[in-house]
Amino acid sequence: MAKQKSFYLDNAATTPVDPRVLQAMAPYFNEAFGNASSLHGKGNEAMVAVEASRAKIASFLGCSSENVYFTSGATESDNWAILGLTRAILRDNSGFKPHIIISAVEHEAVIEPVRRLVKDGLAESTYLKVDKNGLVSPEDLKKSIKANTVLVSVMLANNEIGSIQPLTKLAQVIAEANSSRKRRILFHTDATQAPAYVECNVKKLGVDLMSLSAHKIYGPKGVGALYVGSGIKLEPLVYGGGQQQGARSGTYNVAEIVGFGKAVEIVSDKKERSEDIKRIKELRDYLVKQVLVKVPRSSLNGSLKDRLPNNASFIFPGVEGESVVLMLSRHGICASTGSACSSGSLEPSHVLLAIGVPIEHAHGSLRLTLGRFTKKSDIEALLKHLPSTIEKLRQMSPLKN
Amino acid sequence: MYTEKVMDHFHNPRNQGVIKDADAVGQVGNPVCGDVMKLYLKINEGKIVDIKFETLGCGAAIATSSMLTEMAKGKTIEEALKIEKLDIAKELGGLPAPKLHCSILAHDALAAGIKNYKENNK
Repeated sequence: MAKQKSFYLDNAATTPVDPRVLQAMAPYFNEAFGNASSLHGKGNEAMVAVEASRAKIASFLGCSSENVYFTSGATESDNWAILGLTRAILRDNSGFKPHIIISAVEHEAVIEPVRRLVKDGLAESTYLKVDKNGLVSPEDLKKSIKANTVLVSVMLANNEIGSIQPLTKLAQVIAEANSSRKRRILFHTDATQAPAYVECNVKKLGVDLMSLSAHKIYGPKGVGALYVGSGIKLEPLVYGGGQQQGARSGTYNVAEIVGFGKAVEIVSDKKERSEDIKRIKELRDYLVKQVLVKVPRSSLNGSLKDRLPNNASFIFPGVEGESVVLMLSRHGICASTGSACSSGSLEPSHVLLAIGVPIEHAHGSLRLTLGRFTKKSDIEALLKHLPSTIEKLRQMSPLKN
Repeated sequence: MYTEKVMDHFHNPRNQGVIKDADAVGQVGNPVCGDVMKLYLKINEGKIVDIKFETLGCGAAIATSSMLTEMAKGKTIEEALKIEKLDIAKELGGLPAPKLHCSILAHDALAAGIKNYKENNK
């Protein structure tokens, strides 16, 4: 493939691996390549690296190492939290039907396992609606709690519109409900998009379970983690050789685990973190302002308040998002859309519909997400090509208004 | 992933635009579904002598619209009606399964245009 200069504005999809992460991982492919479960020196060397990485993540989350389990990524972590908890409860309580509350804007990795449980008649569910900025209300959560509620799952930050949920307030509602219950309602959060920008201390947030992914924070794809609060029993999702106290079997993915740890260590650095956030937010705010000026009839989805500093999501009525992405791609610009045509389903993004975007407009959405390696020139490239792209597509449409 | 031919028709659409004195138009789809196709036909002695399209839709919707105009131009109405629902996708070297409906939509737009012509010339 011909090498074209690219302007990467899709950091919510994935991020490039930070060179420091790559460097940290390198020895674990062919030097310290041992199976961390082996008793010999090579095994020990690998296990030391795995545990060092686990400790870094635990320190970032404000918990002990024993509460952190490595997985293949946030999708597995979400599935494990939901299915593992439900199955553990069902095993000990035959005839009981657990109730799970999730927000209407969760990632499919949360929605789908819940839907599966409901479809199989094993659980019931409630979806918390969100306001126009994508936020759930603690009052709604309070009203949704039932006698058989066992789990609440609300993401920390949304992948499409970047809204940051008021987890602390939701945790208070759950804590109040728990004060008069025999079985505690557990609080899970999918924090995939959050670690580089939002507080992830599990005690401060008041969560019992948290899903994380490495590749959204400049680590490698294929590794993630689930934080599991002390005393919480989850049925395993993956059975096998009994690694990680039998909770999650499978040979330790050592190099990637090391990379994940290094990525977390970097986002834990207070100085670098605050500089990154400031710079990214300035670029994002500039981008939003310019797009709204340069593209007629454009609007921003959600508010700039309570939002990830790297996220911008727009609606351009009269165009279809996939066409916008394909045309931008020809100029080397990497963006994404919540249009139906991008997903293989006939419905556009459930997140945009949940915040009240009319369905015909939701097809014309564009998500631009910045990151550690985003430069002003990436934004300028977008601003150069976006207005003409939208204009061209609107001209091609039979609906000119 | 789209074939090179799909991307070529998307980026360089053939026969895109409006025929002001069209003999017939055919419009299908709606903005709620995300795809709207409109065809303009110029028909002389039973032959499609000119055809143009306007489309709101995804890459496949634009590419199938463009491909269809190339396939239909110069054909008689009877020949054009023989273009089957998935022929347009075939001509483009295939479409991803969820996009096959775009081929059907383009087919339906042509059928709607020809129906409109027949109604106008009863």
